Amino acid sequence: MAQSKTQFGYCRHADQHRAGTDIAEYPIVVVGAGPVGLSLAIDLAQRGQRVVLLDDADRIGEGSRAICFSKRSLEYWDRLGVGSRMADKGVVWSVGRIFHGTSLLYQFNLLPEEGHKRPAFINLQQFHAEAYLVDRVQELSAIDLRWRNKVIGLEQRNDHAILTIETPDGPYRLRAIHVVACDGARSSLRQMVGAEFAGQVFEDQFLIADVKMTAEFPTERWFWFDPPFHAGRSALLHKQPDDIWRIDLQLHPDADPAVEKRPENVRPRIARMLGHENFDFEWISLYKFQCRRMDKFIHGRVIFAGDAAHQVSPFGARGANSGLEDAENLAWKLDRVLRSLSPDSLLESYHIERSAAADENIRESTRSTDFMAPGSRQEARLRKAVLSLARETDFGKRMINGGRLSVPSIYDSPLSTADCDAWRGGPRPGASMLDAPIAVRAGESAYLTDAFIKAGTRFTLLEFANGAAVDAPDDIGTIRIGGNDGFSDSLGLVGARYDAAPGTAYLLRPDGYVAARFRQPTRTALDAALARAAGIN
Amino acid sequence: MALSTSSNFAKPDDAFRAIVEAHRGLSDEESADLDAALVLILANHVGDLDVLREAIALAQRRMVAAGQQQQQQ
Repeated sequence: MAQSKTQFGYCRHADQHRAGTDIAEYPIVVVGAGPVGLSLAIDLAQRGQRVVLLDDADRIGEGSRAICFSKRSLEYWDRLGVGSRMADKGVVWSVGRIFHGTSLLYQFNLLPEEGHKRPAFINLQQFHAEAYLVDRVQELSAIDLRWRNKVIGLEQRNDHAILTIETPDGPYRLRAIHVVACDGARSSLRQMVGAEFAGQVFEDQFLIADVKMTAEFPTERWFWFDPPFHAGRSALLHKQPDDIWRIDLQLHPDADPAVEKRPENVRPRIARMLGHENFDFEWISLYKFQCRRMDKFIHGRVIFAGDAAHQVSPFGARGANSGLEDAENLAWKLDRVLRSLSPDSLLESYHIERSAAADENIRESTRSTDFMAPGSRQEARLRKAVLSLARETDFGKRMINGGRLSVPSIYDSPLSTADCDAWRGGPRPGASMLDAPIAVRAGESAYLTDAFIKAGTRFTLLEFANGAAVDAPDDIGTIRIGGNDGFSDSLGLVGARYDAAPGTAYLLRPDGYVAARFRQPTRTALDAALARAAGIN
Repeated sequence: MALSTSSNFAKPDDAFRAIVEAHRGLSDEESADLDAALVLILANHVGDLDVLREAIALAQRRMVAAGQQQQQQ
């Protein structure tokens, strides 16, 4: 496929000609065209909403930044029509190795089983991901992407907000029923609503370098504690497409950033790590980490998503991936509220579900960072004990924390209907649907995640045939496994992963999370679960 | 399962002695390393987070009590 554009032009829009109180109105204005804002806009547009997407720059940011995109994110991007492009370009991986000094302590496989459309992770530079998303945006006429449109003012009203937007042609104003702020860690919208953004700051500095080289390392995540090339600190090596390698080195807290960042100082460190000097720098960046979130993700008419709402340390790939989970959680809810199918209060469940997920991500990434940079002599001593015990015990290996990688949260949600039947497995209400291979009757193979998209990416009943079809409402999608007209569970994995028996049915939300499940669903129980999941109480 | 604080060893003196002897001849730093490993090994053997938390709380209560006693003196 042709190289995607990364530089875009500013275009004056007719809305900017309007004067005084004659302000253009849109149902949704998304601020920030990063991975989260772009994905959210695509999702909303595919659901039939008009979206204005504003970005203060006119180009896709440089540097790899986020590189690890999770299975869940790929499944979301499949729904948005960009999953294959991402997966084809990305470097697929599922194995991680952890070293102490020169010896291998532990190795893990994040997706040890077969039968999933998407791998545990791909590594892909954020600028590639954004470029593919922009390409997709440009296929959708419902999205109006405006570069060099910087929000400089916000007025909150009862049922809308008015944004003042700075452009090269001067300012103009827009009225939005809902504003979604996806404008990153330094969110200006967050400052405009006056929200606190407090949390834990980590003193340790990390140096991130992307280097270009041809190398024979396997496509795995390698993590070192106290490696010979970087004594006393930690290091990470990870492959990206186009012979680019991500190297992440922990520095001493008192290291001088300006000095450390100079290529002539970075080069010898990396040469020691790689054992040669045949590499070029693509990007060097120094980081200090913060773990924090907003108290409330919704402020009047402004909803916050991604880094604007929460920030984590990067160990665990929980930044961009959790932002994409925000987008998939929010899009269907906004769509239903704008269509008056659900009350405004459905949006509150976005805050409930995603702020709990943010807490989980912060907890996990804080633990990883603390393990890498112990805060006291006793913490360092406990870590030393874990690393030495890992050489001869299984429990020691499992206690090493070199980053716990992102998996979808399980929501403890008001939208879920509690189980009333007995289950020995399967995703419980509030958990994300599991993928599995299916066969279309003609013998063509596919995946459950494909079937979910074919069913309309809406409320969908996944039913395991037991004679006649379940009496379900007309306006929901259906995925039928077995029976004369259903998909065939060719490898038995759908049944196994869903603890299914004939008659079992799962009600999936439009974001693919389980709302309710039944051994033998009745119409009354289904209607009640559907109403609850749609926030209609 | 709750934390057991009744006496579980037939010969408690042997258990105490085994731990004391493990520290014989070690510097404070080495002793602290040994204790850290020992705590982790025993915690894993217990394998129950609630019991572990009870044990931590019991150890912490004792430290608070010791601190108050010192203040009274």
